[in-house]
Amino acid sequence: MTARGFSPTGIRFENIEKRYGGLAALRRIRFEITPGECVALAGRNGSGKTTLLRIAAGLVRPSSGELTFPSAAGAVAGAPASHASKTDALRSKVSAGFVAHATMVYDELTAEENLLLFARLQQTPNAVARVEKLLHEVGLFDRRTSLVRTFSRGMRQRVAIARALLHEPSVLLLDEPSTGLDPQGVGWLAATLRQLRDTNCTILMSLHGESEISMLATRAIRLDAGLIVADTRTGAEVRSILTFADA
Amino acid sequence: MSLLSSTTALLGKELRTEFRSRELLTTTVVFILMVIVLFSFTFDPTYNESRRFGPGLLWLAFLFAASLMLQPCFLREQNNDTLSALRLSVSDPFAIFLAKLVANTLFLLFTEVLMLPVFAVLYNVPVLRVLPQLLLVFFLGSLGVSIAGTALSAISAQARMRELLLPLLLLPLLTPVLVSSTQVTVGLLDPAPFIEWKGIGFLLAFDVVFLTLLWLLGEYLLEE
Amino acid sequence: MKKQVLAAAVVFFLVGAAAYGAFFVAPTERTMGPIQRIFYLHVSSAWTGLTAFFICFVANVLYVIRRQPQWDWLSVSAAEVGLVFTSVVLVSGPIWAHPVWGIWWTWDWRLTSTLILWLLYVCFLVLRTLVEEPERRALFSALFGIFAFLDVPLVFGSIRWWRTQHPQPVIMGGPGSGLDPTMWWVTFFSWFAMLALMTLLMRARYVMEAARGELEMVRHEAEAV
Repeated sequence: MTARGFSPTGIRFENIEKRYGGLAALRRIRFEITPGECVALAGRNGSGKTTLLRIAAGLVRPSSGELTFPSAAGAVAGAPASHASKTDALRSKVSAGFVAHATMVYDELTAEENLLLFARLQQTPNAVARVEKLLHEVGLFDRRTSLVRTFSRGMRQRVAIARALLHEPSVLLLDEPSTGLDPQGVGWLAATLRQLRDTNCTILMSLHGESEISMLATRAIRLDAGLIVADTRTGAEVRSILTFADA
Repeated sequence: MSLLSSTTALLGKELRTEFRSRELLTTTVVFILMVIVLFSFTFDPTYNESRRFGPGLLWLAFLFAASLMLQPCFLREQNNDTLSALRLSVSDPFAIFLAKLVANTLFLLFTEVLMLPVFAVLYNVPVLRVLPQLLLVFFLGSLGVSIAGTALSAISAQARMRELLLPLLLLPLLTPVLVSSTQVTVGLLDPAPFIEWKGIGFLLAFDVVFLTLLWLLGEYLLEE
Repeated sequence: MKKQVLAAAVVFFLVGAAAYGAFFVAPTERTMGPIQRIFYLHVSSAWTGLTAFFICFVANVLYVIRRQPQWDWLSVSAAEVGLVFTSVVLVSGPIWAHPVWGIWWTWDWRLTSTLILWLLYVCFLVLRTLVEEPERRALFSALFGIFAFLDVPLVFGSIRWWRTQHPQPVIMGGPGSGLDPTMWWVTFFSWFAMLALMTLLMRARYVMEAARGELEMVRHEAEAV
């Protein structure tokens, strides 16, 4: 699994806030991930991890603040906070891949049809070849004509990751990716992420506690009630952040 | 143009999904059939009465069927959060709506055309001689229903009581479509058939206005 | 507090003056007699209702663009007040029709269109009760409000066209049909009075909604801590 031909990209969160009515899901989020870093995001349920990731992915608009993706080629703006212009929808898509809790693929289509659909929508060059390559890499080539509905959780996760990697992103965002995976699945995921990390793909992933996957992280950040309460950058250890009072 | 290719790709997905399960089409066809039959119990189906009541009842049947058929439109994108995947992949979110409304129009047209002979037989109205014109009004009316219905189904999918909410919101909004389509159909089923161009005009106006609104406001309908 | 009382007094006076005008200043209509006087209430309420819905539409558009809660508060206030005036139209129509025509409802195109208008904004309010999250609720109702308002000309147009196919008794003969100049003055004055009443009601409702909105926010903050 290589991520070639792009320049490594970081993520900068500048005073990101997200409010739902009176409830603040995220407050004064301010940090930067350097290109190629592999960061683990820890925190209890409801601490804001999913919201933060979805903002980074461009699915949720922050109530205020700015998100940018700095790279050697210059910084690209992420989803801006303003709601006004229609051209936001046609904004230059940042190459961030997103893997969520949900698989984000269609159960009623085959693995191949799913990937081809998304490849076409993203206008991936040489879509057919790229899809074939990815199916091989995630080990689903033999099951490519089976409906995703028939897949196990682990296999669905692989399709999800293949979908996220279609456009060879320089940034990968994952929201609790190992949920529901058996040890074999976790092992495969860890190996895949390690490969990506080693090719300078920037990774931001939310996790619960320690695992094979958390060991890939070179940095950890803990969120609580929408605020950053710990960051290995500022001294704490990755381990302690991940295991800190996980209630 | 990327809007066209995105729309085509998504339309392919919509059609493929429906042809695999055929659940929308079969239930809609049966529903319309049932409504047409039940309606015929409410009046004396002589030729004159059928000519007066038939078109309205037919269009009411189509409208009710559509308000049920359009519910899964965005609801099914909530399984596996595929809507987020679409939002991340397409460059113009209007493609998502365009594909769905074209698919919905085709589904509605399909069920309407299928039901037309049944209607003609049960209500004793002559449809063959005005078939092309009937298809025109079916098309324009179904397009209007689809445009409004697809837009509103994006709202109802995220609200409570969604099974009731979509018909509730959709039916008053579609008043111009119901009125115009019925009038045009009445004209076509007249012993001396004629085409009500004013009605066609209203249908076209509705389609254009709502398509434009959907184009302008679509991305806000998809916001999280 | 004093300002509110003064404003209410002014509006009360204006409405009173309009009623006086309707009953005593305007001449009695030739064919229909005194019952026709309800026309002033009917027409001025109709125009006021539409004005309120227009304000709702503008608030909806501004909310979608700016996302400030004030526009949402204005939108719901305008919709509710518009619905009140529209209800007056729907009730005064039959009250007039019954003594004149012997039937309650004549499917007159204006009245029928007004009924649909009323239904649309009732749906607007129902939608609001079915979406819990405040920002989502505001956005969705604003979007539906825009659809609904732009549908209104099509509703009126198509129903009017439909009714010309089937001539029926027309309520009040329409304002254009030979109104005596004094009648016009009374009509416009009534409208002016109704607009003043509309403004008063909208303002009161807005203040209530603003307070409720802020309370909701404070409560959420408190729960989160």
